[in-house]
Amino acid sequence: MILPVMKMAFSALARNKVRSALTMLGIIIGVASVITMVSLGQGAQIQVQDQISSMGTNLLIVSAGSQRGAGGVRAGGGTASTITLEDVAALGQAPSVSAVSPGVTASVTLVAGNQNWTTRAEGVAPTYLAIRNRAISAGTFFTDSDVRSAARVAVVGQTVVNQLMLGSEAVGQMIRVRNLPFRIVGVLTAKGQSSFGQDQDDTVLIPYTTAMKKLLSATYVPTVYVSAADPAATTQAEAQINDILQQRHRKQAGQDPDFNVRNLTDVADAAESTTRVMTLLLGGIAGVSLLVGGIGIMNIMLVSVTERTREIGIRMAVGARSNAVQNQFLIESLALGLAGGVIGILLGCGVSLLVSKIAAWPSAISPMSVIVSAVFSMAIGVFFGYYPARKAANLDPIEALRFE
Amino acid sequence: MTESVIHLENIHKIYDTGAVRVHALRGVSLDIGKGEFVAIMGSSGSGKSTLMNTLGCLDRPTSGKYLLDGMDVSTLGKDERADIRNRKLGFVFQGYNLLRRTTAIENVELPLIYAGVNAAERTRRSRLALAVVGLASREDNAPNELSGGQQQRVAIARALVNGPSLLLADEPTGNLDSRTSVEIMSVFQQLNEEAGLTIVLVTHEPDIAQYAKRMIVVKDGLITRDDLIRDRRNAAADLAKLKPVVDEVLEQTI
Repeated sequence: MILPVMKMAFSALARNKVRSALTMLGIIIGVASVITMVSLGQGAQIQVQDQISSMGTNLLIVSAGSQRGAGGVRAGGGTASTITLEDVAALGQAPSVSAVSPGVTASVTLVAGNQNWTTRAEGVAPTYLAIRNRAISAGTFFTDSDVRSAARVAVVGQTVVNQLMLGSEAVGQMIRVRNLPFRIVGVLTAKGQSSFGQDQDDTVLIPYTTAMKKLLSATYVPTVYVSAADPAATTQAEAQINDILQQRHRKQAGQDPDFNVRNLTDVADAAESTTRVMTLLLGGIAGVSLLVGGIGIMNIMLVSVTERTREIGIRMAVGARSNAVQNQFLIESLALGLAGGVIGILLGCGVSLLVSKIAAWPSAISPMSVIVSAVFSMAIGVFFGYYPARKAANLDPIEALRFE
Repeated sequence: MTESVIHLENIHKIYDTGAVRVHALRGVSLDIGKGEFVAIMGSSGSGKSTLMNTLGCLDRPTSGKYLLDGMDVSTLGKDERADIRNRKLGFVFQGYNLLRRTTAIENVELPLIYAGVNAAERTRRSRLALAVVGLASREDNAPNELSGGQQQRVAIARALVNGPSLLLADEPTGNLDSRTSVEIMSVFQQLNEEAGLTIVLVTHEPDIAQYAKRMIVVKDGLITRDDLIRDRRNAAADLAKLKPVVDEVLEQTI
């Protein structure tokens, strides 16, 4: 019996085309704005995530503890000679860690031709490139065999190229680092300032073995760059790093560690929660308009029930049960909600694509928001249609037939 | 009477609106047998509409017993009464009560939809019912494209379509001119005589009551008269007599 009742409901809607369209408009605007707002909000979230991951994907920085000098004066972080290359290798084996690179920094003066420039040389492994999210614009990065042989090769940043006036033919040229000749094998792609105002291009990268043996004569590693397997695993990775180093350094649980681990998740979390709140706020405002659309449905259905009291009376007189009457009106409001929802989804997707195109803003139409608003618009149809439908079903047939 | 379609036993109906108590029926007992054609008469406020609503299972008596086709329907709930109306009763109203902007055949189909009859069977039975009332050619016309008499015929077809045990007509000629009234009465007489349909008709026009076989007068919530009609009128014959008169009137107006 539901099929002919559906047919009745649809023909009733078709009879009042303008009214049905205007009622749907409320839902259309509501759903479209929910989808647009959520997709723009999520676009913003993606942009922020991109910016943060450009600082280094899933980066954790392990630095050695401070050195305690005579009289208990403590030097800065990374000064203690506690982390060894064996520690670094052990960290590379941790399950939540995808890559590690030692970081051995030295302040150096570079000389090329008649130019000189003081900068920071950093001894790293080839994995550094991926860990810090850097790229090579010319030449290549040095290789594992360069690391094994402690080769005198260097990858220079754009600022160094400019200051030493190496020009576009930097790769293959020789520079002197602390008076040792190094061959330039690659140039880093310019990255500009970090979010902390540091020039990320003012650097020269050399194999860490070279830095340790030939520049510093050091056997310890002040810094280890660690990349977690994925952003969600950074916390686990941090715990594993702590466990491994505590164990290797023969520290009891609870004893102060001789190293510390920093990560960027705090920054990422803060930024992400900001955009999430934004998305929620925008979605919430749009949700209010969807609610108003629902109230519009209820309003029209109430008018419709009053207007069609006589029709309801006739239906009841010829044997329609309360449920059949109720279903007819529920189907009408459900259809209004659903049709409005579908049109609203299409409109919302269109608008968010348009806005993202015009504003060069990434938009992510989330399938979740599409499904949720489709289900929600139907639910609104049923929810706001229920009261009028009940009202219709509870009419007294005698009264309804007498209604003028 | 064993073959009673309607058996009322001491029916009371009290409307209690809080401030006022209206005792609309004060103990009505009545038997109507199969194939009868009963006219119920009474002035307004006599209780005849309440009696009609009770007979039509639109309302429940406050007390008393109502057997319809031998089944006690006086204590049924709302949905059960809807089912009874759907299966056993046909209604014809003064104001036709057709659905607007809905074709004749769709109007006639309505009770069958609620009975859960399939589409093909609905169409077949609705066509048949429209043919019985002489409207086979107007199936696809909406009520506003039909004359008052034709609309009332559609309503009669709708009342017939589910094969009811009882046809209830509430002032069916109230909105019609005298000629069309006689036409409608001839449809009722034909249904009563040829198909043996039990008909209960409420009217306040004595002329119209003369087409029935039995007349009941209701006054102050009680049946005060219950007689067989002696000089019963034949609507078909009256119609033949009326024809020239109507033609004259038409000519005069033109």
